[in-house]
Amino acid sequence: MFVRFWLALLALLMLTGARDPILVPDVSQHDVEIRHDFNGTSLLLFGAILSPDGTRAGQDYDIVVVLEGPARPIVLRQKSRVAGVWINADSAIFRSVPSFYAVASSRPLKDIVDERTADIYELGLDALQLSPSDSIDPAAQERFSTGLVDLMKRGGLYSQNQHAVTVTGQVLYQAHIYLPSSVQTGSYTAETFAISHGRVVASAISRVEVRKLGLDLAIADFAQHSAFLYGLLAVTISVAMGWVAGRFFALT
Amino acid sequence: MDVYLPIANLSVNGLVIVLLGGLTGLLSGMFGVGGGFLTTPLLIFYGVPPTVAAASAASQVTGASVSGVFAHSRRGGVDYQMGGVLVAGGIVGTGIGSLLFRLFSALGQIDTVINILYVVLLGSIGTLMARESIQTLRAARSGAAPSPRKRRHHPLVAHLPLRWRFYRSGLYISPLAPLLLGLLTGIATMLMGIGGGFMMVPAMLYILGMSANVVVGTSLFQILFVTMATTMMHALTTKAVDLVLAVLLLIGSVSGAQIGAQLAQKASPVRLRLLLAVIVLLVAARMALGLTYHPDELFTVNPL
Repeated sequence: MFVRFWLALLALLMLTGARDPILVPDVSQHDVEIRHDFNGTSLLLFGAILSPDGTRAGQDYDIVVVLEGPARPIVLRQKSRVAGVWINADSAIFRSVPSFYAVASSRPLKDIVDERTADIYELGLDALQLSPSDSIDPAAQERFSTGLVDLMKRGGLYSQNQHAVTVTGQVLYQAHIYLPSSVQTGSYTAETFAISHGRVVASAISRVEVRKLGLDLAIADFAQHSAFLYGLLAVTISVAMGWVAGRFFALT
Repeated sequence: MDVYLPIANLSVNGLVIVLLGGLTGLLSGMFGVGGGFLTTPLLIFYGVPPTVAAASAASQVTGASVSGVFAHSRRGGVDYQMGGVLVAGGIVGTGIGSLLFRLFSALGQIDTVINILYVVLLGSIGTLMARESIQTLRAARSGAAPSPRKRRHHPLVAHLPLRWRFYRSGLYISPLAPLLLGLLTGIATMLMGIGGGFMMVPAMLYILGMSANVVVGTSLFQILFVTMATTMMHALTTKAVDLVLAVLLLIGSVSGAQIGAQLAQKASPVRLRLLLAVIVLLVAARMALGLTYHPDELFTVNPL
């Protein structure tokens, strides 16, 4: 009991006594609004690193910024050639796949942290925890997760940029992350890590909401919640447009 | 002009979609087919998810066939009795098609099934049409009077029980034959986002043996109602009808259809059929290549 108390006190002293920096992060846009002319947007993730007494940190930290979209379970299918035709032959289930993942850092990640730390904080595309269902063997899991990351990368939904974070005057950092038009709606987290000598010394989170607005929200909601009326509307519009065009051209 | 599609969840160039609708509308006006067989593959090629493409193409076909039906009915070119039987079969077909759609989606094979259907259907019908129109062209060139083909329905049709009189089609056959035909096109409409006109017209001529002056009008009548049912079915089950995409396609296709109809009056029907056959075969060949060539993407993601 006594020993445990002293250990706790010691730990507290070490935590407060260590001159860990304070991170003050922010995002250029906390609300990303998807309207009819939305074709992707660029987010600026920026902030300041300060020493505990509020002055400039005075030390070189490595900054890593991770923007992550809402996760969802997916089934990933792989095509193989069967009797001369390419069909989906194999599949794997992943329980938690972020719909968006972008990591930006000031230097290549492998120079900043070791593999173990990267895995703990999910830093980098190789360290993503996708929670594959355990019914398939590790080799297949590896093949599927590589395929998934590759696919998402080419779709612009996953990215890893080694030199995207710039730090000015040892205080201000900033990174641009691009959200393509195919992003999912939902709550995104932007997490900033300050890393020194391979150790994460501070981290802070800010949030970004991506949501549809106006007509696009109305249409998506309508299609989801009043499917019958929505179908009727689609049919009516098609018939009306065909009819109007027929009338119009009959006049000319 | 970037436009965000709220159901497909991506942004597309609106002008490209309108032009795409215009192109298929042009075909539909010229040949009396819906043009869905071109819209769906082109949309998928452009990056629209296959389900959204098939669901939204159906409403485009509705729009393109409306004015055609009005035009044909004004000059008595629609057999409503035959059309009614075809529509009844077609609606049951969309129901079956929707079950198949769900089954193949769950198995992860819906894309392959759609591709194979395209290759088989377009390939065989394109070949038939091409052969028929080349023969007619050749006969016309050699100066021989085209032998009037004796209009008869297929022997199998004669064996079906229960006979009805279809006055406008000039037929006394079992309604089960058109019911079955409607059913099959209904399934195809649901799975492939096509109206099925290019299947329907030859089947009406060569299997049912309907008189030629009501074939196109009745086929358009059936397409109109079956694509309406398909749009409803997709709205209720897959929820993949993208209204913005459909409206963009419609703007192009309804105007294209009118221009196409005017063009068709100036060209010879046989040459038009040959041209359509060539287009149909090209689409089939492109699909066949897609099935057998190493695909760009080996992996596909589907939400659970």
